[in-house]
Amino acid sequence: MKGATIGISGITKSFGDFQALKGVSLDIRKGEFFSLLGPSGCGKTTLLRIIGGFEEPSSGRVEIDGEDILPLPPNMRHANTVFQNYALFPHLTVYENVAFPLRLKSIKRKSLDELVMYYLRLVELDGHAAKRPSMLSGGQKQRVAIARALINEPSVLLLDEPLSALDAKLRHHMLMELDQIHDKVGITFVYVTHDQSEALSVSDRIAVMDRGNVLQVGTPREIYESPSTTFVAQFIGETNIIDGTIESSGGRWFVVDAGGMGRVKVTDPRGYRVGDRVTLTVRPEKLRITPLGMAATEDSNSFVGTVDESVYSGFLSKYYVRLESGAVMRVFRQHGDQGEGEGLGWDDRVCVSWNPRDTFIVEGARG
Amino acid sequence: MSRKRRSASKAVFIGCMVFLFVPLAVLIFFSFNENKAPIFTQFSLVWYRKLFTESSSLWTAFFRSITIALAASATATVIGTLAAIGVHWHRFPLKTYVQAITYIPLVLPEIIIGMSLLAFFAGIRMPVFGHSLAIGIPMTLGWLTIFIAHATFCLPFAYMMVLARLDEFDSSIIEAARDLGATEVQTLLRVIIPVSKPGIISGFLTSLTLSLEDFTITYFVSGVSSTMPMVVYSQMYKGGVSPVINALSSIMILGTVVLAFLARRWLKYIAASS
Ligand SMILES: Nc1ncnc2c1ncn2[C@@H]1O[C@H](COP(=O)(O)OP(=O)(O)O)[C@@H](O)[C@H]1O
Ligand SMILES: [Mg+2]
Repeated sequence: MKGATIGISGITKSFGDFQALKGVSLDIRKGEFFSLLGPSGCGKTTLLRIIGGFEEPSSGRVEIDGEDILPLPPNMRHANTVFQNYALFPHLTVYENVAFPLRLKSIKRKSLDELVMYYLRLVELDGHAAKRPSMLSGGQKQRVAIARALINEPSVLLLDEPLSALDAKLRHHMLMELDQIHDKVGITFVYVTHDQSEALSVSDRIAVMDRGNVLQVGTPREIYESPSTTFVAQFIGETNIIDGTIESSGGRWFVVDAGGMGRVKVTDPRGYRVGDRVTLTVRPEKLRITPLGMAATEDSNSFVGTVDESVYSGFLSKYYVRLESGAVMRVFRQHGDQGEGEGLGWDDRVCVSWNPRDTFIVEGARG
Repeated sequence: MSRKRRSASKAVFIGCMVFLFVPLAVLIFFSFNENKAPIFTQFSLVWYRKLFTESSSLWTAFFRSITIALAASATATVIGTLAAIGVHWHRFPLKTYVQAITYIPLVLPEIIIGMSLLAFFAGIRMPVFGHSLAIGIPMTLGWLTIFIAHATFCLPFAYMMVLARLDEFDSSIIEAARDLGATEVQTLLRVIIPVSKPGIISGFLTSLTLSLEDFTITYFVSGVSSTMPMVVYSQMYKGGVSPVINALSSIMILGTVVLAFLARRWLKYIAASS
C-alpha cells in the first residue's frame, strides 16, 4: 500500500479556554506532498499531533484511506512522524535507531539488516551506522529520524518543521533531498512549516493556516498568485495592498475606486459587484517601474510617484515608491531585466504600472 | 592569581585532605597494632585473626546488614524508578503535591523518621468516633521492620536520581517509540528504562550506602536484630573501639574503594554510551 488519503473534517481542539483549532477540514490526496503553512502558534503542530495520535481533538474526524483513525493508539496508525527535535533514542546507535520499529516485530535477522541498510543508504548514512546520535550533526540526526520513520513503510509521513534546526544552506539541501525521498517512496507527506519559501518550493499543495483556521488550500502557484485573503497575501511573500470600492463593470475589466490613489483595473471580480468594498493585492515583482514620460499603455494600471527608497539586495532591487496619494508601493525589479528602471534612485519621479490580470481581490464586503 | 591566594587555597586543600584521610589512616594503622589501647607497641595481625575466628555476632550483623541493604535498595529502586517515570510523564490530579511530599523525607531529621516508624510498627491505638483504631501496622520489630524502614528512607533518593536523569530527556522520545509501533510496555522496556539506567544505578548504589551505614533509624525499629553499625556502636568504649572493629573497618574501606572505583568506571561507560 503506497500512500493514503487523509480526510480531516471539522477538527477543533481546545486547551482549557484557548481554542487552538477552530474547525479544520482538509482533504489530502494519496501520495501528495502537502504542507501546513502558517505563523508560529497557529495550530500546525497540534493538527499534526492529532493525525499522529498524540493529541485528541475536542471534536471532528480524521480518516486515513477512509478509515476513522481517532480510536487507534499511535502505534496502530499507518502514519509515522519525524519530530521537530529529531527524538532519536540516545541509548541506541544509528543502526539500532533505524532498526527499532523492526525489532518490535518478529523479522528475520537477514531481512532486517537488508531493510535497515536500504534505508540508511536512502538517507546516505550507511557509513555512520555504528555511531551514537550524540556524535552526529544536526543534518545527520534529521536523516536518521527520516529513515527510522520510513522503515515501517507507513502510508503517511508526518514532518513537523523538520528543517528548522538546520542552517540556511543545509536546510535548502535537505529540502531537496526530502523532495527526492518523497518521489522515491511515493507516500503521502504532511509537512509542517512556518517558512513560506520552503512550502512553495516542494509542496504539491499548501494549506495556509492562521489562528486555528485554514484560510486557503491550493497549489503553490494558486496560493502565491491568487491569495484568497489579505493574510495569505501578506504571509506568502511581500505584497501591495489597496483598499477601494467597485465603481463600474463593463468591457474587459472592473474598475475599483481606490480613494485618493485613483482607479485600479481588475479582471476577476471574484463574485463581487458594483458598490462592494474590496481589498486588492498585487505582487511587487508584477509591477514595472519606468522613468516618467515613457508612455503607459491604455490597458495597464499606472500611477505616478517618487522613489522613496531603493534597496539593492543581490539578484533584485527593491523600490519603495510614494504615489501622489501618499500610498507606498513596493516594486521588485530583477537585475538583467532589460532597460526599464535602470539607474533609478532616491527622489526620481517615476511611473509604476502593472497588468490588471495581476491584481486580485482578496477580501470584500457587500456594499 | 597571586601567589598568596594560591598558597592559601593550597592550604585549605591540604587541610581538607588531612581531615578526610588521616583518621582513616590512623584506623588502619591501629588495626595492625598488638596493643588494645591506642598506643602503638608492635605490628600484629591478631585482631584480624580474632575477627575471622571469634567474632560470630559481628559477622551475623554484617551479613544481616548486607542482606537488608541489598533487599531494601532493590525495593526502593524499583518503586522509585516507577514513581519517577509516572510523575515525569503523566499528568494527574495532585501531581504537584505528590512531588512536594517526596522531598520531605530528605530534609526530615532521621530521629523523627525513626520515632514515627516505631510508632507505626507499634500500631498505636487512637479513639476515632468512639472506636479504637490502630494507626499503623503492629509488627514485631526485627529484620523485616528494618527492611521496611530502610526501603522507605531510601525511596526518595532513588526516586530523585531517576527523575534527574529523566529530566535530561525530552518526552518526545516516548512519543517517537509509540509512533514507531511500540506498545506501552515495549516503550517502558526498550526506551524508558534503558535511558534511565544511569539514574537507576546511582539510585541503587546510593541506597545501598545509606542502608549499610544507617544507625539512627535502625536503632528505633531493630528490636533484637542488630545491624553492623549497631554492633560497632555497642563495642565502643571510652577512647576508642575494639581493634577487631578496626580490622573489619580496614577491610571495608578497602572493599569500598574497590567498589567505588568500579562503579565510577561503570557509570562513566554508561554515560559515554548515551
Ligand atoms: N498542551 C498544550 N497546552 C496548552 N496550550 C497548548 C498546548 N499545545 C499547544 N498549545 C497552544 O496551542 C497553540 C497552537 O500551538 P501549535 O500547534 O504548537 O502551533 P504551531 O505548531 O503552529 O506553532 C499555541 O498558542 C500553543 O500555545
Ligand atoms: Mg509547531
